[in-house]
Amino acid sequence: MGDVATTYKQPSALCIYARQLAQNPMGLMGAILVLIIVGIAVFGPWLAPYDPNQIMIGPRMGPPSAAHWLGTDHLGRDLLSRVIAGGRIAMLVAFVTLGAAMTVGLALGLIAGYGPKWLDNILLLVFDAIRSFPVIVFGLAVVTLIGPSLYTVILVVAITSIPIYARIVRTQTQTLRNAEFILAEKAMGAGTLRILAVHVLPNVLGPLLILASMDVPMVIATEAGLSFLGMGVRPPAPSWGTILNDGYNFIRNSPWPVIAGSAPIILVTIGFTFLGEALRDIFDPKLRRAQ
Amino acid sequence: MVLGPRATPELIEQTRAAMGLDRPFALQMITFFGNLLRGDMGVDVFTGRSVTTTVMEALPYTLALITASILWAAAIGIPLGAYSSIRRNTWIDRVTGILSVGTISIPSFVMALYSVLIFAVWLRWLPAIGAGEGFGGQIVHLILPAFAVGVPWVGYIARIVRASMLEIMGESHVRMARAFGLTERRITRAYVLRIAVLPAVTLIGAGVAHLFSAAVFVEVIFARPGIGALIVSAVNERNYTIVLGAVLVTTAIIVLATLISDIIIAWLDPRQREGM
Repeated sequence: MGDVATTYKQPSALCIYARQLAQNPMGLMGAILVLIIVGIAVFGPWLAPYDPNQIMIGPRMGPPSAAHWLGTDHLGRDLLSRVIAGGRIAMLVAFVTLGAAMTVGLALGLIAGYGPKWLDNILLLVFDAIRSFPVIVFGLAVVTLIGPSLYTVILVVAITSIPIYARIVRTQTQTLRNAEFILAEKAMGAGTLRILAVHVLPNVLGPLLILASMDVPMVIATEAGLSFLGMGVRPPAPSWGTILNDGYNFIRNSPWPVIAGSAPIILVTIGFTFLGEALRDIFDPKLRRAQ
Repeated sequence: MVLGPRATPELIEQTRAAMGLDRPFALQMITFFGNLLRGDMGVDVFTGRSVTTTVMEALPYTLALITASILWAAAIGIPLGAYSSIRRNTWIDRVTGILSVGTISIPSFVMALYSVLIFAVWLRWLPAIGAGEGFGGQIVHLILPAFAVGVPWVGYIARIVRASMLEIMGESHVRMARAFGLTERRITRAYVLRIAVLPAVTLIGAGVAHLFSAAVFVEVIFARPGIGALIVSAVNERNYTIVLGAVLVTTAIIVLATLISDIIIAWLDPRQREGM
């Protein structure tokens, strides 16, 4: 794979990558969107004009106005504040889930790629079984067993994304395991753990991070989706999914809650997807040539 | 649990015996799988109806939705991908590229909500609730849900067809056909496109799971009585037998779909047949 060369960083590598990203208009747009959204999520409590659960005296389901930029929902809560608070939840879920899924996926992928063949076969079978299952149907089944909550969402998304990471780590590890520098290291008497941690890990991390960046929209969509069905974040806590659910129930009265709840999902999705594609193009020249 | 907080001990005992919960766990498992083989998934404790009947009643709605979505997505996605690979780097190729990235990433329930908002609430062109009466009514009620489920697939299919067409156009048998003086049109139709749709078929076969996920949202939003809506309402009622039955049937269909896509590939590509 071409990643061996790219992860060996020259002194100004970061600079070069940043310049390449800036030259890719879609990637730049994605990066800016991602920065804005993450920024809003981090500084949310200071940015939000109202308490997201505070019920206002004033118009219910009102259109956007000077006091309420995105309008108000069916109880008269400020939608902008709710969208910002929902963004915090979405980012929290994405961060925790992807962190957990990447860690476990990395470990399992290394075991599958470097371990004995029979273990590899068993793990692959398990990965494929999980992958072939509809995420939402799996989520609903888990909710039936342990009840809806934020943790259920995190658990469901983590379990369903582990195989994606494990698979890519496994493939990378397998191509590396017979590479000359690994063989040389082995000949010099390095232990398995040392080879995996010092030599394989850095080469696997790049593709893993790119994959994670492209996976953020999926995680956020699943969280919003389960919350939309009432199986995720419990009301009154604001999630983009619960905002959409409230909005859907009153869609014939006012379109604003639906628009306010879905706009951030669309922006996040587009931002992370474009950024991920641009990163992949930059870090994996082999793929770029194929396109 | 099902009987509620005011159940008498006698009633609980009676229900336990009727449901077979007093027998050993291993025996329960064997009975369950034995009945499953005969197509019997037990009785819905809330309504007293057979789970198999309930699930099978819902299934056609979901299958119709999924089939309609994937058919229209393929009907637009394949020509779009093929065309943009022939006219590479023109405006139509760029627009297709941006659109496919955009549509792939937008979740189906957002798509469904907007199609309700635009076509059913603002324009009032199409119905948004229910599955419709009669054949004509069912078709009309299918348009919006199928649109919402299918949109991302137009992007997926166009992208993968474009990529595989570009790859195949560089292969030696295509160069050979060109050397024999066949027209570009004939080469594309007879030699390139036929193989280029293979990855799309694999993608769809593997994507049936995603289609089911999308169908869950779309059925809830459009109030279609399909299997997705059934699962959601069963989860809300804690109706375990229905959830279990519906999930089992879903899994069976996904496995079946993978098999069918393998068969289609073998039919389209003689090389795969050799290996089987």
